[in-house]
Amino acid sequence: MNRSLLGGLLLAALALSILASVRFGTVSLTSGEALAAILGGGDETHRAIVLQLRLPRALLAVLVGGGLALAGAVFQALLRNPLAEPYILGISGGAAGGAVLVLALGVSNAGSWTLPLAAFAGALVAIFLVFRVASAADRSLDVRVLLLAGVVVGAFFFACISLLLAISDAPTVRTAVLWMMGSLYGATWRGVAMAAAYTIPSAIVLLGLARALNLMAIGEETASYLGVNVEQIKRVAFAVASLVTAAGVAVAGVIGFVGLIVPHGIRMLVGSDHRVLLPLSFLAGAAFLAFADVAARMALAPGEIPIGVITALVGVPLFLFLLRGSLQ
Amino acid sequence: MTTFEARDLVVRYAPGTPPALNGVSMVVEEGAFYAVLGPNGSGKSTLLRALLGVVRPHTGEVSLRGIPLDRWHRRELARTVGVVPQLESVAFPLTVRELVAMGRYPHLGPLRAEGEADRIAIRQALEQCDVARLRERPITTLSGGELQRVRIARALAQEPRALALDEPTASLDIRHEMSIFELLRRSVDEGLTVLVVTHNLNIAARFADRLLVLDRGKVAAEGVAEDVLTEEVLGRVYQWPVSVQREQATGGLQVTPLTRPRP
Repeated sequence: MNRSLLGGLLLAALALSILASVRFGTVSLTSGEALAAILGGGDETHRAIVLQLRLPRALLAVLVGGGLALAGAVFQALLRNPLAEPYILGISGGAAGGAVLVLALGVSNAGSWTLPLAAFAGALVAIFLVFRVASAADRSLDVRVLLLAGVVVGAFFFACISLLLAISDAPTVRTAVLWMMGSLYGATWRGVAMAAAYTIPSAIVLLGLARALNLMAIGEETASYLGVNVEQIKRVAFAVASLVTAAGVAVAGVIGFVGLIVPHGIRMLVGSDHRVLLPLSFLAGAAFLAFADVAARMALAPGEIPIGVITALVGVPLFLFLLRGSLQ
Repeated sequence: MTTFEARDLVVRYAPGTPPALNGVSMVVEEGAFYAVLGPNGSGKSTLLRALLGVVRPHTGEVSLRGIPLDRWHRRELARTVGVVPQLESVAFPLTVRELVAMGRYPHLGPLRAEGEADRIAIRQALEQCDVARLRERPITTLSGGELQRVRIARALAQEPRALALDEPTASLDIRHEMSIFELLRRSVDEGLTVLVVTHNLNIAARFADRLLVLDRGKVAAEGVAEDVLTEEVLGRVYQWPVSVQREQATGGLQVTPLTRPRP
């Protein structure tokens, strides 16, 4: 597929997804009303709904979805493993561990500002552990060692979570399980600011590594003969992609499949050139998660479905469809 | 001026194992066509990788153009030596031009866009290796011979002073093997230094200015073909009797393995 055409389509989809996210909810607005509210005019109630609730939520979906898809594409390139996704190095385990700990201790409940902080701290602990273990085993950061360390650290955290849940009361368990499935419920401008502060600079750094990642895709040794400082690129890319993921998990919980499926879908459409793959994955992930969030709050309104359920229910058939097309 | 130089090189992959290289000293002069020969496991690829700074020596010194290898920056090194490694994954469906354009990374770095000088270098490299007509083909659709020429074109697009190649013609037929060695010979005549690891004794005898034979991590012989490719040296190193004759048609030395007498 033509790269610029797909880029244009994805930009249009992104704009449409933000508009849909702002329009639909318990009170549905027309496009005109929604735009007026965004621009600071229109009905006062509409303005409150749009500016306080829906716009931050839409922007959060865009940042988290884009960040996860971008991080997933980078992890797949670095680990040279199609099963790689943003959580593969134990970040989800660490984040969920932090979140469940404060929930079990009764320090936070769903929606309180301490929850994202605890999740972010947990994710950082997991990243730190994985990199320490992997560096101790192999100075040049062998991807196989990293992968094993990630899986093992993740498993350890999930064991801790199971222990905490086993000794918690039923409402806490319910809150924790729902958090682990991911949700953008209760998005605030503070959350948007936190996600943006990590996602936007990180995205710029990762996009700047695209050419080096292309060279590393044909082999680390060949890349080093072509002048790439492979170890340095790996360290920077892993660290930055992990930070993006940690920020996403902290504000929205563990949203699966976006980081796995979106980069594969884009790769099937336009190939593996990271200079194209990375920016388009960001756009596609952003639009996909914004639409998924609309579905999550509309499908069983006034209740909400965890957004991770939507990403899996919609993402998996879509992915299988693309996979079938790519093999023909 | 020397291009590659190793002094008393010892490389050990793991403690307790016999060293892959055990006290190797060698010099490749600028503008030479230099071949490294030896049986499987004699340390040929290890020597090449040590000369390129990918394998760190246990003891001994390695230098490039008189400067110790650890003082070279990765990109500066890549502007000086183009490498065609033995193995490379091609799972990634790039076009020929995209793969050759990767040879401009040492000049461009991660961010700068291709300029006129880069486009000229890429075009010249494609033409030199006779792959310009394949430029838009995905590399996954090339034959072994075509792919090898494209990889050499990528190394030439680096505009290096030297090329290092690890068995560039393994698994190629005689036409492709000859055309690659003729391309390398032409490049040497134009001033490039070439260091090639190969199993083909006859082709090394015919094209290389100097040869080095490795045997279990040590230098068994070094010099011009007449001094190195002797029945005595080759018989000992390969542990197989050979006959060495001057071949009429080309004037080169011809090594023929003999039938070993039954014990």
